[in-house]
Amino acid sequence: MTARSGSNGGARDVTVRVWRGEDRASGGFVQYDVPADPGMVVLDVMFRVQALRAPDLAVRWNCKAGKCGSCSAEINGRPKLMCMTRVSSLPEGEPITIAPMATFPVIKDLVTDVSYNYEKAKTIPAFRPAPLEPDGTRRMYQEEVDRVQEFRKCIECFMCQNVCHVIRDHEENKEAFSGPRFFVRLAELEMHPLDTHDRIELTRAKHGLGFCNITKCCTEVCPESIHITDNAIIPLKERVVTEFYDPLAWAKRRLFGQRPRQLGEKEPAAPSDR
Amino acid sequence: MAATAAPLRQRVLRRDIWWLEPAALAVLFAVFVVYSAVVGVANEHYYYGPYLSPFYSPCITANCAHFTFGVPIIGEWWNLAPAIWIVAFPLAFRATCYYYRKAYYRSYFWSPAACSVPDARAKYGGETKFPFVMQNIHRYTWYPAVALVFILSYDVILAFRFPTASGGAAFGIGLGTLLMLANVVLIGLYTFSCHACRYLFGGRHDRFHTRPLAYRLWSLISVLNGRHGQYAILSLISVGLTDLYIRLLSMGVIPFDPRIVF
Repeated sequence: MTARSGSNGGARDVTVRVWRGEDRASGGFVQYDVPADPGMVVLDVMFRVQALRAPDLAVRWNCKAGKCGSCSAEINGRPKLMCMTRVSSLPEGEPITIAPMATFPVIKDLVTDVSYNYEKAKTIPAFRPAPLEPDGTRRMYQEEVDRVQEFRKCIECFMCQNVCHVIRDHEENKEAFSGPRFFVRLAELEMHPLDTHDRIELTRAKHGLGFCNITKCCTEVCPESIHITDNAIIPLKERVVTEFYDPLAWAKRRLFGQRPRQLGEKEPAAPSDR
Repeated sequence: MAATAAPLRQRVLRRDIWWLEPAALAVLFAVFVVYSAVVGVANEHYYYGPYLSPFYSPCITANCAHFTFGVPIIGEWWNLAPAIWIVAFPLAFRATCYYYRKAYYRSYFWSPAACSVPDARAKYGGETKFPFVMQNIHRYTWYPAVALVFILSYDVILAFRFPTASGGAAFGIGLGTLLMLANVVLIGLYTFSCHACRYLFGGRHDRFHTRPLAYRLWSLISVLNGRHGQYAILSLISVGLTDLYIRLLSMGVIPFDPRIVF
């Protein structure tokens, strides 16, 4: 157990500074000392604060197993899941700072309004599979599935959205930029071997891929270790380059009378691939 | 129990030494750029037979101390440093590289300097507008970078051939040979772990089962790609150190090159 200030009946004390309030202008950090046990995670400490010091402290949580993505917060200034952050992993001898995710409006204390993400999710066209094969089935191969399955690990904790400076520090970009979580979703669909909906123009024009300057913070904070930048965002950027910025691809389209695919336009059928 | 009122976004709550990595990279890049500029225009001490500095390879002008292709390609009218013809290619490759973009956006533009640290600028447009939209040419900078890997490999082969007293050449290995070899290996790893390379060789396909070669190449490059940033930094350092070694030999600061000649 991490040594904390003082002791309490054999249990060590832990000091936490928790952000409290209902709006960012008037809220602030409040310090609590509570007894802690070995093996505790930060979410346990929040429960103890609720039990012993502040029953009105608002904390969102569900599974307490790192799979629901509900308890995202900023612990000592870094986005983390409270349920997956052991107190013993944090520096000893100083208070633990716990703040709500900075990118989203505060509802109360550590609970934020993440509806921005749900609105963005609605703007991504659903999976549109290719027609059934003559035997009435659809086939895809393991090597193709492996790539997109990584993206399915996302638990929608929205920590990547929270840490992305494009919207974290620039509120005005929220309209034009959807954030890393939705580039993961777009990559999952765009690279899916059976999906037929083209999302490249959508990714560029409606979801603002060009705003991303690949500083990789999304990858750093992902609790599922999804390689968001290397496997989703950069491959999408390369596809956008081919479609919109590559002079040779542009010349080829001009030469053969092709035009860039339009928003949501169905990908040309490639029977040899099916 | 007093509350501290402050908008959270303007504050850095991180307790770790978050500024160390961007600061270290800012210093490294600045040192490299200044060093490159100085040696790039110096026009001397870039060849110490059989070692050719990577900054001057390929050496293609008539005033070269060593012709990479045996004959000059640029005539005698060029009297500045031969490196000026070359330096733009690796510079463009590195400047538009996805790893270097991350590094210098953090280190110099502070957008952001580190994760959860506020941007230095009030407005941000990313890579949607000029000049940063030009980063999209990265794949076109990759092709000359591949050519340079082969040319530097050729330089390494030549670095195994040492002049003899009779005017011929003998096989040998010197410290300079080993440095040049390590340098080309690191540059090769950096070049072939590139994200654009990964895309071009297989990542652009959704369906791999009809393209087994593309899948194998993509898988291999994906493994290398995981260390792209490390190769980027190590190859940057190796280029500088290789040049420095050859330069100090040529200047006589290092009195001799340890070598075994067979």
